[in-house]
Amino acid sequence: MSTDNPTTSADETDTEFDAAELQALRDRVEELEESMAAVDTGDEQKKMTIVATQGSFDMAYPPLILASTAAAFGWDVVVFHTFWGLDILHEEKSRDLKLSAVGNPNMPVPNAVAALPGMDAMATRMMQKKIDENGTATIEELIDLSLESGVDLQACQMTIELMDYDEDDFYDGVTTGVGAATALQHMAESDIQLLV
Amino acid sequence: MSSEYQTTETLDVKGQSCPMPIVKTKQAIDDLEAGDVLEVVATDSGSISDIQGWADGTGGVELLDQVEDGDLYTHYVKKTE
Repeated sequence: MSTDNPTTSADETDTEFDAAELQALRDRVEELEESMAAVDTGDEQKKMTIVATQGSFDMAYPPLILASTAAAFGWDVVVFHTFWGLDILHEEKSRDLKLSAVGNPNMPVPNAVAALPGMDAMATRMMQKKIDENGTATIEELIDLSLESGVDLQACQMTIELMDYDEDDFYDGVTTGVGAATALQHMAESDIQLLV
Repeated sequence: MSSEYQTTETLDVKGQSCPMPIVKTKQAIDDLEAGDVLEVVATDSGSISDIQGWADGTGGVELLDQVEDGDLYTHYVKKTE
């Protein structure tokens, strides 16, 4: 700009210099606007990764509720199921998840009683009844909803083999053949990461 | 307040609890056209806050109004794009 050399009085030189600089600035602004637009698009699509490690009846709910709700927000959602969390995706086992009565401070009975045979089944039945009365969705409904709305429900391959499960044991639409590296990759790209 | 909106469709989620009112609202909105207004009738008292949060965090929808009448919570959601 002309301020770079205040003693120059040749207007012509200044104008030429300004035009070139102006063009460079315009190009730069355009470039920045383009990259800003790209950043904005990235912001709109939030990403969430949940790692589900628990397979008890009560612990199956939080990841599924959060995942299906996040999908309703239009987010890109991955739930990586590992260890006991795998049972949530296991078609047969998911219908028979149990609530543990022992070591559960929310149970109205002492641990010594909770440890008696049949107590887990009773606690589970009580909870199921409550869920039914309250109009809360079943685990199967939440899985169907999640898959329908584009949630990527993943079953850890190492755990599938560890538990002697077969890939066909899982709900249709469940992703198999994935491991910790895939989970980490999704976590690194996510705005929200949860371990349940 | 009563319904002064031209509602295109009504979604009945009475008796259903979280996350169903939100998930079903999203599905119903997906089936509508821009400019349409969806009326959501719920009994879940959490739906007031949840529908607000969902509408705020979701592009292409606008929450027009929420009416509380006893045990009924009615929400009016417009699809904007």
